[in-house]
Amino acid sequence: MFRRLPDATGDTVAFTIDGKRAQAYASDTVAAALLWAGVDHCRTTPVSGAKRAPYCMMGVCFECLVTIDGVGNRQACLIPVRDGMRVETQRGARAIAEES
Amino acid sequence: MTETADVIVIGGGIHGCSTALHLAMRGIRATLLEKDYPGRHSSGVNAGGVRQLARHIAEVPISVFSMALWERITELVDDDCGFASQGQVLVAEGNQELDEFRKRVDELKLHGFTHEELIDRDELKRLVPAVADHCPGGIVSRRDGAADPFRTTQAFRRKAVSLGVQVHEGVMVAGLRRKGAVWCVETSAGTFEAPKIVNAAGAWADRIAAAVGDPVPLEVVAPMLMITGRVPHFIDPVVILRSRKLSFKQFANGTVMIGGGHLARAYRDENRSEIDWHKLADSAKTVWELFPVMRGATIVRAWAGIEARMPDDIPVIGPSASSEGVYHQFGFSAHGFQLGPGVGGLMAELVATGATNLPIAPFHIDRFAGSLDSRVS
Amino acid sequence: MIRDVEALPAQVDLAIVGAGPAGLAAAAMAASLGLSALMLDENPDVGGQIYRAIAANPVKDRALLGEDYWRGEALAKEAVSSSAQHAAGAVVWSVSPLETSGYEIGVSIAGRSRIIAAREVMLATGALERPFPIPGWTLPGVMSCGGAQTALKASGLVPGGRLVIAGCGPLLWLIASQYLNAGVSIEAILDTTPRTNWLSALPHLPAFLISPYLAKGLKLMLAVRQKVRVIAGIEAVRAEGTDKVEAVAYTKSGSERRIAVDTLLLHQGVVPNINLSNAIGCRHIWDDMQLTWKPETDSWGATSVAGITVAGDGAGIAGAEAAAERGRIAALGVAQRLGKIDVPARDRKAVAARTAHARFERGRLFLDAMYRPAKVFRIPQGDTIVCRCEEVTAERIRATVPLGATGPNQMKSFLRSGMGPCQGRLCGLTVAELIADVRGVPVREVGYYRLRPPIKPITLGELASMPKTEASEKTVVRV
Repeated sequence: MFRRLPDATGDTVAFTIDGKRAQAYASDTVAAALLWAGVDHCRTTPVSGAKRAPYCMMGVCFECLVTIDGVGNRQACLIPVRDGMRVETQRGARAIAEES
Repeated sequence: MTETADVIVIGGGIHGCSTALHLAMRGIRATLLEKDYPGRHSSGVNAGGVRQLARHIAEVPISVFSMALWERITELVDDDCGFASQGQVLVAEGNQELDEFRKRVDELKLHGFTHEELIDRDELKRLVPAVADHCPGGIVSRRDGAADPFRTTQAFRRKAVSLGVQVHEGVMVAGLRRKGAVWCVETSAGTFEAPKIVNAAGAWADRIAAAVGDPVPLEVVAPMLMITGRVPHFIDPVVILRSRKLSFKQFANGTVMIGGGHLARAYRDENRSEIDWHKLADSAKTVWELFPVMRGATIVRAWAGIEARMPDDIPVIGPSASSEGVYHQFGFSAHGFQLGPGVGGLMAELVATGATNLPIAPFHIDRFAGSLDSRVS
Repeated sequence: MIRDVEALPAQVDLAIVGAGPAGLAAAAMAASLGLSALMLDENPDVGGQIYRAIAANPVKDRALLGEDYWRGEALAKEAVSSSAQHAAGAVVWSVSPLETSGYEIGVSIAGRSRIIAAREVMLATGALERPFPIPGWTLPGVMSCGGAQTALKASGLVPGGRLVIAGCGPLLWLIASQYLNAGVSIEAILDTTPRTNWLSALPHLPAFLISPYLAKGLKLMLAVRQKVRVIAGIEAVRAEGTDKVEAVAYTKSGSERRIAVDTLLLHQGVVPNINLSNAIGCRHIWDDMQLTWKPETDSWGATSVAGITVAGDGAGIAGAEAAAERGRIAALGVAQRLGKIDVPARDRKAVAARTAHARFERGRLFLDAMYRPAKVFRIPQGDTIVCRCEEVTAERIRATVPLGATGPNQMKSFLRSGMGPCQGRLCGLTVAELIADVRGVPVREVGYYRLRPPIKPITLGELASMPKTEASEKTVVRV
């Protein structure tokens, strides 16, 4: 559970997480946006289905893997959040999406 | 200090370890010399295909013989080696290819081999639902499958050791010479002597062969493989598309291995290979076109083992052409893994009795006499 | 800023992987010497970890993050305004030698890949936090201190509920101080620094007393201790909860206590990020004081592989200021090798950087010794997860050593530890130390994972998006 410092400002963007609408700052990465949105886990593991959430926030732990706009296995902490982005929790061995 | 044995096996890949094990099973004292560790090279890092399918006709008898051992592998080495048999399928992409397949299956039947079965579009779709719709059929070898190559090589080594084989790892052969009735093998760890030697030295076997008077045009190759992260189960058998240079296998844990024969650059004296990403990009494009369901998969790792290829793409198995007491077992040209258990048994028989019932004439090293060029890198 | 693979130059003199302090300083220096330089960084902007979001920070109160942070501003400005290029969101997944000379670099930006060429490559990939494998460390709500600090720096986010910080090392005090400045309340700091570290740190005290770190560190620590309950002498820590962390249990003087938490932050030092230098084949050595592998480098940052240099924390932990100086020195080395300056000019120009570097090195040995993490927190037991990606536990690893898994590479083949997407970044050190512990041999004997590219997973689509070449039609084996 994370809160925003009162004097941290920025332009806001709207995105969805598992279909639910949420907001973030344009300067946030998807992982930061998820932390602020209060999402308690962003994926379940392919081995045991255990719930995982961002850990290192710098691209080395691969815990923050989510599906963004239909493409899976994206490291949320390395991707800036964009207006209209569709973020989905990645469940287990991700269903491989078709790419156009 | 000199160590003596009945047989010295040079090379601790699947072939060396299998031969050493089978020698020990016959009560013959064997010493195995391995310059790195068993499974370090192609034996430990190949695609693990346990395949009778699509082999050169000369290899079929030994492949069928080896398959029988695979089906009892736990009895043989006290480890199931991760062997699972879901079949292997060779996919035809067009009618012309399917016609060639039909001819092949007929020819095999003429020789008495029934492991390959021609299949039509419906059966292909049933076996490989994810394959693209334009493929008219193929060949299936239902008893084929795959195993864990490193685990298998280590299992053979472990069982061999338990039966008394002396395995020396990190030991490089520096020279060989004849001393009366025995061979003296000079190494980085001292001298080893035995009346008989088996040259199972993989991508380095040409050097051993040259040292005993059998120069051969061996080419060092490094076939590349890629493996993906876990994806939901979508394929059972191993799938091969020969014309597209693609092979495909999904493991029980969901990861998918993609191979097919594109080569990396190999540096055998540095135990190193450099992946060629442009060629892997081609494999990726092929997968993209033929298996749309794979499009979002991630490649987690790419590698290439160092392997030996012979100009005619079949191995060298049999006695030396020029030196007494020396036997060759190398050059499996990127398809030797499945043959390991069987050829080890065959080689032990040959070394022990001087003969084998299996037809190994096509693999004799003398087929290269006079054809040596300097293709050895 | 390059944000598209199409805009990448096909060839540069010097490709720099990482735009943190070392990369930024190297880029500016290389550009000033007439080299074409390209920084490739996977983050949305320059700064690396320590100067994250330096170019556009949402946190307005400068005092909150501390003056050390803002030093990065000048560094970033100099690099970005030089002729050096910067590719953002650029993941380097492969660096391999061309057949004659120079290197091929596999890069992905926004789902598409390219291979570009460089005459030399500098790895400035910095450090990552040492793994901290306690029971329950994979629970949502448990994060690394560095991760939390990134959320603060780049997004102005702080933990909102009950917070405990556990571990040892200067970052603990820094983040606690930053949080206090931001009005965040901290339930407790569980200090896992082994009490006996003082003894081995003592010989290095004189150097520390005259180092730049003393005054800063002391001030921070005292300020924090005044406001937060600090519990020292921690013997064990455990994160408890079902779907997320609900409490942290700790043992001190043999008895266990529990604190309810919503967030648990862990930290026990940083270690060089060696995945790329390892995959390239550089020789690495085990540093028993810093308890980590680092690439072998000479005084110009050159590794055992010609044309590959390492600068910054990736060559050995020494902090941001030292990293910038090492970046400058390494760039001078590259410029000399590529013929832009001669040896005397190179040596002359390096004097200022070497002097500054020596100053920033002073006192590091004291910090290394003082904050050397305890064995119990590096080498776990029982069902504590060691490999997070593949969920391999400590007891399974211990039990597999006698089966022939004598090193991390064999262990990989047996248990898949290290085969997940993080490529051993969060488990490699633990696995190596665990195996060494079971075998009773030094860690250097046990070795490390032999890594291969891609050093980060790439999608089939990325790979397939590479432009076709004719060379790929030739030679295929019949497998």
